[in-house]
Amino acid sequence: MEQVFKRPVSLKDVQTHFCPGCHHGTIHRLVADAMDFHGVQQETIGVASVGCSVFLYGYFDIDVVEAPHGRASAVATGVKRARPDRFVFTYQGDGDLAAIGTAEIIHAANRGEDITVVFVNNTTYGMTGGQMAPTTLVGQKTSTSPYGRDRKKDGSPIKMAELLAQLGGVAYSARVAVDSPKNLIQAKKVMREAFGYQAQGKGFSFVEVLSACPTNWGMTPLKANARVGEEMIPYFQLGIFKQEGNE
Amino acid sequence: MSKRLFVKGNEAAAMGALEAGCRYYFGYPITPQSDIPEYLSRELPGLGGEFIQAESEVASINMLLGASACGKRAMTSSSSPGISLKQEGISYMAGSELPGVIINISRSGPGLGGIDASQSDYFQSVKGGGHGGYHIPVLAPNSVQEMYDLTMHAFDLADLYRTPVMVLGDSVVGQMKEALVPNPRPQRELPEKDWAVRGKGGGEQRVVKSLFLGDGELEAHNWKLHAKYQVMKEKEVMYETYLADDAELLVTGFGSVSRIAQTAIAMAREEGLKVGLFRPITLFPFPEKALAEAGIRAGRVLVVELNCGQMVEDVRLAVNGKAEVGFYGRPPGAGSLPSPEELLDVIRKSCARI
Ligand SMILES: Cc1ncc(C[n+]2csc(CCOP(=O)(O)OP(=O)(O)O)c2C)c(N)n1
Ligand code: SF4
Repeated sequence: MEQVFKRPVSLKDVQTHFCPGCHHGTIHRLVADAMDFHGVQQETIGVASVGCSVFLYGYFDIDVVEAPHGRASAVATGVKRARPDRFVFTYQGDGDLAAIGTAEIIHAANRGEDITVVFVNNTTYGMTGGQMAPTTLVGQKTSTSPYGRDRKKDGSPIKMAELLAQLGGVAYSARVAVDSPKNLIQAKKVMREAFGYQAQGKGFSFVEVLSACPTNWGMTPLKANARVGEEMIPYFQLGIFKQEGNE
Repeated sequence: MSKRLFVKGNEAAAMGALEAGCRYYFGYPITPQSDIPEYLSRELPGLGGEFIQAESEVASINMLLGASACGKRAMTSSSSPGISLKQEGISYMAGSELPGVIINISRSGPGLGGIDASQSDYFQSVKGGGHGGYHIPVLAPNSVQEMYDLTMHAFDLADLYRTPVMVLGDSVVGQMKEALVPNPRPQRELPEKDWAVRGKGGGEQRVVKSLFLGDGELEAHNWKLHAKYQVMKEKEVMYETYLADDAELLVTGFGSVSRIAQTAIAMAREEGLKVGLFRPITLFPFPEKALAEAGIRAGRVLVVELNCGQMVEDVRLAVNGKAEVGFYGRPPGAGSLPSPEELLDVIRKSCARI
């Protein structure tokens, strides 16, 4: 009998530490699929960030450098300049990329570093226990916005995929979700496309993935999954915001 | 034989880095070290290297981390406020056991301070400036020639011990011009970089990291780092002495101020005062044994620094009460560099009290 669904070879055959219903595991699978699709597993160097995805090396069967919190894009810049013949990606949360690491992501993107950045937006700081993130929705309660995010005091949730699409160095910028089969199919396509941009040396590619964090949202896995479609997608619209050579 | 050149200390450091095989530089402008990135931005592209003017010192130390994780010889440079920003990255590199060279042409502080020659980064440099209880070798050149030689040496130490290494100078050694003989890189046997990430290519997975969460893992890692520091203390200490054998007063200072002290000591000798100089070249590992021997032999040590007293603490620890330790410090600022005559006066007074 033909096997129609199997683990990407870039993923290790191990259990993850992610909470039940967390989308990190699904996103890992998409990244591994994109590596498999382009046949680059053996020549890839991944850059892990500080957040719930810090154990990247435990799940991906590739070489990995662990970056300080927020600095993955700078570390990846150093890696790619030293090994331009290698495939380099970072995997960063929204605290990591859109708060403490904002300078590094903007400038790596603006320089047009030939790397791929996978950005996991779960509207909170997962690892440290659900504090407010730059992506926390207005009104959303977190452990440090107990009265809900106040647009006047805390600012508006930052839209990284749109923001980066404005920069000259960016070749590809998109936002996807993994909450439904339809969105998942699109996410898989986009992830492959983004990695393809690097495989062809076209420049900086960026994929923002909307992600559920049931634990810190205080929801069941099913409710958390539903929240992605009900609350996140209306604000963080899905789409491809830049696709150089395909305008 | 290499020909003699007449160059600035900062340029000499950049030339030393290139001779050492460094082809990757990441930095951010700050006085008084900008000659280093300027020089390398001219030279590296032609050598097939990479130069990035990063968005900050934070970014540049992390680019260094990335290039170094690939096994390449790489460098950054900055001055005091920028070095403060790099400290987190230096701690990660120490924890991840990554080589790399950081040049600090330090300036005066605290805060924005000024750009004058200063040695107030001694503590920050030698005591593990970032978090987590590590050390890195710190080399203190006092001439243009040493800016070149010690930068080259820094790359070897970094590879030998898998550690970041700092070259600590100031605007005196960075900005002055002197003769330089750009000697070829010494041949040294260095370990293979079998830890560097490269894309598996069918081999074993390699991971460069500083997170150790397994039972006992981090404690073992810390003991491993500690053991490296002990080997450095045994093998890598560098210092220089001048008229120290019969000295009854041993003057000690590092870097730029040691040049002034040496002139003052020569003047003191002409007056018949038995004074000598002990100059630590490695600030970590600190030459504690040799300094203790020479200091105890003299009976009296005078520590001279361009700050309010930092290295003096290590001198006191080294002689451990067995010699009298005096201190003359000049905190930084315009016009704060002591003249040889001023130091001679301090030496005379110290000798008069013997
Ligand atoms: C310099 C520094 N500041 C703060 C932290 C603590 N910290 C660890 S992970 C994290 C945020 C993680 O959130 P995010 O990037 O959104 O990733 P997630 O865990 O949600 O996947 C923070 C603040 C740190 N490790 N280093
Ligand atoms: S805390 Fe949130 S982001 Fe982290 S593993 Fe759990 S569900 Fe996922």
